[in-house]
Amino acid sequence: MTTPVTARRAGRADRAAVGLPRFLWIPAGLAFALIALPVVGLGLRTDWPRLPELLLSEASLDALRLSLITASCSTAICILLGGPLAVVLARGHLPGLQFLRSVVLLPLVLPPVVGGLALLYLVGRTGLVGQGLDLAFGITVPYTTAAVVLAQTFVALPFLVVSLEGALRTSGQRYEAVAATLGASPALAFRRVTVPLVLPGLLSGAVLAFARCLGEFGATIAFAGSLEGTTRTLPLLVYLARESDVDAAVALSLLLVVVAVLVIAIARPRTVAS
Amino acid sequence: MKLRLLAVGAAALVLAGCGGGAADPAPAESAFPEERTLTVFAAASLTDVFTELETRFEADNPGVDVVLNYGASSDLAQQLVNGGPADVFAAASAATMATVTDAGLIEGTPEVFAQNELQIVTAPGNPENITGFADLARPDLQVVVCAPQVPCGAAAEKIETATGITLTPVSEEPDVRSTLGRVTTGNADAGLVYVTDVASAGDSVEGIAFPESASAVTDYPIGVLTSAPQPELARAWTDLVTGADGQAVLTGAGFVGAP
Repeated sequence: MTTPVTARRAGRADRAAVGLPRFLWIPAGLAFALIALPVVGLGLRTDWPRLPELLLSEASLDALRLSLITASCSTAICILLGGPLAVVLARGHLPGLQFLRSVVLLPLVLPPVVGGLALLYLVGRTGLVGQGLDLAFGITVPYTTAAVVLAQTFVALPFLVVSLEGALRTSGQRYEAVAATLGASPALAFRRVTVPLVLPGLLSGAVLAFARCLGEFGATIAFAGSLEGTTRTLPLLVYLARESDVDAAVALSLLLVVVAVLVIAIARPRTVAS
Repeated sequence: MKLRLLAVGAAALVLAGCGGGAADPAPAESAFPEERTLTVFAAASLTDVFTELETRFEADNPGVDVVLNYGASSDLAQQLVNGGPADVFAAASAATMATVTDAGLIEGTPEVFAQNELQIVTAPGNPENITGFADLARPDLQVVVCAPQVPCGAAAEKIETATGITLTPVSEEPDVRSTLGRVTTGNADAGLVYVTDVASAGDSVEGIAFPESASAVTDYPIGVLTSAPQPELARAWTDLVTGADGQAVLTGAGFVGAP
């Protein structure tokens, strides 16, 4: 596996030699400020002395716990279902694949609330599938932790699929072809060649999906509801807290930012680009 | 270099274009000196009523444009405290108004111009046969309420305390409209919302009044901001709202009139 690494290094050296057009710095700086400064504002507005008290309340610990658990479950489902989907999209030969791909991207462009409503009208108590579940088994999906996971998975899936598909396409199929000529079955080549090759892409996709799950609000509130310990994740608590205690809302937002930054820092987004 | 100028110019244009619309609520006085803008921040539950009053006010005051900014009272209060420009603020609870009065932003004392009470809301025909507040504690029912952090939830909590009946809701929604939505979509058997929400939902739901709701009446205070660019118009607006015409529209929408 030395060749791709050297190729990547060479690519980086090329970029350095070409240099950066200077006029890009101004819009780039503005863009960065647009993202970074509001977060700085959040830090400035934080009531630091009260921070521990605000963050260690039972409601916020419950919400943090629920957020981490549901985001982990959702990410696992994203990998288990989204991984194969990405492979099919990148390597499959199906009519209408282009159309399938655009459907997969829908949650990226849809407002999450719309996603939540869509889920509600599918598996809600009066929904297409939900009505049957309710009548046959007495199962109500909304208001359960499973509903939170479902909402998060819905919005996060495209993040994993897109980054993994990108990794699959850029890695090419040369190694698989070689493996095939050496007698490996498609399944063996997939397991021994494809998966290790796109592991960084899968990892960064999973981290992106996890981060998206942590921040999910709209689909959750529209579909799952909000109840402490069951469905009230951190973003829902932030939204609620700002009604009664802005300091608490800011403190919880900061916590969410810190967790998100940690997640992204571990993932190192540049692996997405490679 | 030309390219850099072009890029900067384009960026400036984009920013100016995007930001221009909302930045200044009071447009520069143009050819008509009597063209004035009255900015009213109002609780979302007042949308129907204030939109109707806007038409009336603009007809009575030619050249005046009423700009209504509806939202959650607490959001609007935060906007005002953080410098949001407005002439009048009408809140859906005394607590949110207090945020603004405590900051010294309201002239005198806000006046309570309407009251709202909770009602039980169910599907049309009341299929679960709910007759009173105690029924909401039935374990076979999926009940939704507002979270205690928002006014409708605080009112629900007050009734629970007063009656000694504890509800076990399947969800505590962030606002009264999403609580109503759970019932209108059939995803909950019953909910606690304001009388006015039941009225606005029309035939898609049924409202059940219960006597205990009197223990948790929500006040709607209105006040003129000390920084109001149009203080006279602002007072004219509050006069309309608290006057006979305004009260008629309010009670028509299900509100209980000024106490």
